[in-house]
Amino acid sequence: MLYAILCYAHEETVFAWTQEEEAAVMEKLYAVQEPLAKSGKLGPVGRLMPTTAATTVRKGKDEPLVIDGPFAETKEALLGFYVVDFETLEEAVAFSKQLSAVNPGSTSYEIRPFYVFRPGDAAS
Amino acid sequence: MTDIAWIDLALASARPKALGALLRYFRDLDTAEEAFQEACLRAIRTWPEKGPPRDPTAWLIFVGRNSGIDAVRKRSKLQALPDEDTISDTEDAESGIAERLDDSNYRDDILRLLFICCHPDLPATQQIALALRIVSGLSVQQIARAFLVSESAMEQRITRAKARVAKAGVPFETPSPQERAERLSIVSTMIYLIFNEGYSQADPKHEAAAFSDEAIRLGRLMLHIFPSEPELMGLLALMFLQISRRPARFSAEGEIVLLEDQDRSLWNQLFINEALALLDKALRHRQPGPYQLQAAIAAIHSRAKRAEDTDWTEIDLLYRALERVQPSPVVTLNRAVVVSKLHGPQEALDLIEPLAEKLGGYFYYHGLRGNLLKQLGRSGQAREAFDRAIALAQSAAEAAHIRHQIDKMQEEAAQPVAN
Repeated sequence: MLYAILCYAHEETVFAWTQEEEAAVMEKLYAVQEPLAKSGKLGPVGRLMPTTAATTVRKGKDEPLVIDGPFAETKEALLGFYVVDFETLEEAVAFSKQLSAVNPGSTSYEIRPFYVFRPGDAAS
Repeated sequence: MTDIAWIDLALASARPKALGALLRYFRDLDTAEEAFQEACLRAIRTWPEKGPPRDPTAWLIFVGRNSGIDAVRKRSKLQALPDEDTISDTEDAESGIAERLDDSNYRDDILRLLFICCHPDLPATQQIALALRIVSGLSVQQIARAFLVSESAMEQRITRAKARVAKAGVPFETPSPQERAERLSIVSTMIYLIFNEGYSQADPKHEAAAFSDEAIRLGRLMLHIFPSEPELMGLLALMFLQISRRPARFSAEGEIVLLEDQDRSLWNQLFINEALALLDKALRHRQPGPYQLQAAIAAIHSRAKRAEDTDWTEIDLLYRALERVQPSPVVTLNRAVVVSKLHGPQEALDLIEPLAEKLGGYFYYHGLRGNLLKQLGRSGQAREAFDRAIALAQSAAEAAHIRHQIDKMQEEAAQPVAN
């Protein structure tokens, strides 16, 4: 089963990390990801730019509205995601716990099973 | 990152929102600052044990408000403050507050807080110092070191600035859309001043260098609460593009490396990507302002893989647009650099000669003039211009850069012309 593991955090704090702080966190995150990558179960890992860089197209009365950013009221925002191949949800939970332990910025990791419509090749 | 470092960062991020809200509540800057300070102390005691609350800002406002009220009550010998343990569980008063305190509530509070730091009676350096002290919470010591003055002198300066602001009265009514736009523009200018105060420092370890990061943080905050302001997108994009070059701007010896000579592989691509995304978004609004145009110019440089790939024609068009939106001799001076690339040094020189009176005391004017004269082979006049530039240099790096140009000119003059 493919799982998307979505990372939520307070972006104002996370995007205020200095480069050194960021590098320190990334190093720990890579350490958690490495065994999974070696076993061939780790798909793309994505970092989303801040919500201020986002544009939303929402259904409007006549034609769709184009809105700057997601709703500004969000406390935590979706900042990044992993795609992983696990046998069970249990494994996904364990992996997410590891990520959570080394990432001081995260408030939660959401685990969402998904299936692939198109594998795509934009990133490769 | 340790827990404490993390909490420090969370407190710093929450500061403008929380302080802005407390200022509206207490209507007094000193009381609001004391209340926020107290809330931070309690956070440092409580959070490591219980974990940070879901909405740290709402927590800080709630605790700060209570402690501020308590301080006022203590002065009149009344009852004590409720323990913060009673408010830090998930299902408590704080979450109710959090629901009500969304970004649209914070919007005017933060804008007001920043705006009072830009009081027109205050000189720019004091505006910057006040904003860094109050909004960003930097210590007086840090600010003093950056401005190269003693701590007591800076303390006095900030106290006086605060007194002046308090005397002028803080506007607490909800601003009209027009007032809001005006405040936003004044605040944007101040944020960019803070950025430049840091960016002009050659030494990345210099105290002031951190100001650039602080300015970016404030810029992000402003865009977060005003997500549809194209000029804020432009300002942030501009700061990102400039700071992306920080690793390439100075040689190991601390000398200025010109844009065309910089090692472009050192430019920070993450910043560039975010800037381009923001600029793209901004331009959809079709309200080009000075920050968007400057960012668009910087973006063209960032898109060029090598200096010789730079699209000078496009940059020239953008500078002309900038001259229309925000006419200033400095903009024309910058366009002269483009003109020299496109049409040669003589045309550029013709463009800047009439600016002599307005820019006579400006380092870059004489630096560029010297450079153009040098290209035209008028070494004597070039030398004079370079000498004036050195006299006006604001930093050792600037002076060294000009001296380097003089040396090169002399070397070239010493070479036999035959080959």
